[in-house]
Amino acid sequence: MTILNKIHSPQGGEPPDSQMLQINVGPQHPSTHGVFRMNMTLDGETVVALKPVMGYLHRNHEQIAENMSYTGSMPYTDRLDYFNSMSNNFGWAMAVEKLASLEVPERAEYIRVIMAELTRIVNHISVIGFLLNDLGAFFTPVLYAFREREGILDIFEEISGARMMCNYFRFGGVKYDVPADLLKRIQGIVDKLPAFLEEFEALLSQNEILCMRCQNVGILPPDLAVNASITGPMLRASGVNYDLRKIDAYSIYNRFQFKVPLGVKGDVYDRYYVRILEIRESLKILQQALKEIPEGEIMNKKMLPFLKNPRNFKPPLGEAYARVEAPKGELGFYVVSDGTPQPWRYHVRAPSFINLTILEDLCVGHKLADAVVILGSVDIVLGEVDR
Amino acid sequence: MTTEEIKILIEKALPGVKLKLVRDSILVENAPDLTRVAKFLKEDPALRFDYLSSVTGSDYLTFLESVYHLYSMEKKGPGLTLRARTDRQNPRVPSLVPVFRGAEFQERESYDMYGIVYENHPDLRRIFMWDGFEGFPMRKDYEQEDSETLEACDVDWLEKHGVPVPAEIKQKAEALKREGKRAMARKPGDTEPA
Repeated sequence: MTILNKIHSPQGGEPPDSQMLQINVGPQHPSTHGVFRMNMTLDGETVVALKPVMGYLHRNHEQIAENMSYTGSMPYTDRLDYFNSMSNNFGWAMAVEKLASLEVPERAEYIRVIMAELTRIVNHISVIGFLLNDLGAFFTPVLYAFREREGILDIFEEISGARMMCNYFRFGGVKYDVPADLLKRIQGIVDKLPAFLEEFEALLSQNEILCMRCQNVGILPPDLAVNASITGPMLRASGVNYDLRKIDAYSIYNRFQFKVPLGVKGDVYDRYYVRILEIRESLKILQQALKEIPEGEIMNKKMLPFLKNPRNFKPPLGEAYARVEAPKGELGFYVVSDGTPQPWRYHVRAPSFINLTILEDLCVGHKLADAVVILGSVDIVLGEVDR
Repeated sequence: MTTEEIKILIEKALPGVKLKLVRDSILVENAPDLTRVAKFLKEDPALRFDYLSSVTGSDYLTFLESVYHLYSMEKKGPGLTLRARTDRQNPRVPSLVPVFRGAEFQERESYDMYGIVYENHPDLRRIFMWDGFEGFPMRKDYEQEDSETLEACDVDWLEKHGVPVPAEIKQKAEALKREGKRAMARKPGDTEPA
């Protein structure tokens, strides 16, 4: 007897066979944010199991860096998380400064903080736009976000010569000084952004469809988040107060007044809203930094000769692990020096790679369409996941 | 609390575990003790290292090393570096996944790149390289072809397909063939003169 007969048998008989369906979402799928594959097992439309598959963009970034000078891998760090090259530079510069015990002049520290916070704003507004894209609000929120992003990218271009691959930080300072009129333009952007945020939020935060799709979806309990080494806005949306800008107070972050926004439930909506609140806190930091920025040097004098001859730079034997609060989470650089111009060991602790650990736990039990939204709220960039 | 004080604390609580200080980090001399040490560091109320920030391998030519960076989300204090060493022929280190979920992907990455086998890992597969890939690319003795230099067989192929090859390149390829060598890329371990 065929299955069809079974279903239609008037006597009832055995229930029809149900079958699990195994599908691959990606690597060429628009909502995986790059070349990422989710190997899903579905029961009807409900996710039963999910295995992330990655490596399509793997270029062994770590080995490339072990084969070149310390300064030489600075432009390569741009290509990790290509949305936030400034904060990647920040992490790498800090690791080498820790290794070689270098001081950074006051003005350079302020410029670094301003750039890192502008980057955070760029990342958060675009990731919210893309999250809405995954929800089905096709490209309108992204274009609103990109309008603001353009202004900030113009600043990056004037300062470093490139919109996205900035390659702006150097060990012991930054490459170029920021002229006064550019600081005024940054001030203008910072003053204008709250109005944009109001508009963005009026459009989205209370939106019924957004609330229904995002609330109570993909809940991440705080103890699992800590155990699985989740960092960044995703961790804080689960209510764990851990922000490296406060904990380590690296660079000069202890001079600024700002709060660490926390979520309550840890669902997709909290992850969305924590990012909105983080933009507001970044704006506060920017206001203070722009007011207080002093005049002076932008490079440590000891490091000036190495700008022209980067292969002469040989940090002493030893190792260092430096971590910064990148927009996606904790970005760590582990470097071991053997006294030669190349690092002996170079490792990147990539936040979006490690945040994917719990993707299966978040998605199991939800529908296929929700899995796409959950992945969007994790906020991954494949340049960093695959390295 | 300094690394030395933490070391004394562990030694007191776990008799029989051999530890050594290496560059302000704790080396667990017998790798199988690692799980016990990590569990103690995580659960001890005075330490509470509940957050495993980073796991990575490292190649020191005579041995392989697995490095762990621990921090505390509860105490929010400074971090601690743990390391375990293993030989190159049969590298085995216990997996920390039963203690820290966050080690899952990172141990897979370290296995993929260095070939360190993490025992009791729930799903130890290659993560970046494809399944049939041979060798471990981040090891310092990993050899790969130099894609910039042509070998005699490449020259033959090109000429058969009507592509003119400059005489200089031809001579180099011939010389390599006479010596019985292949064109290999510089190994990651070889240092270049400054």
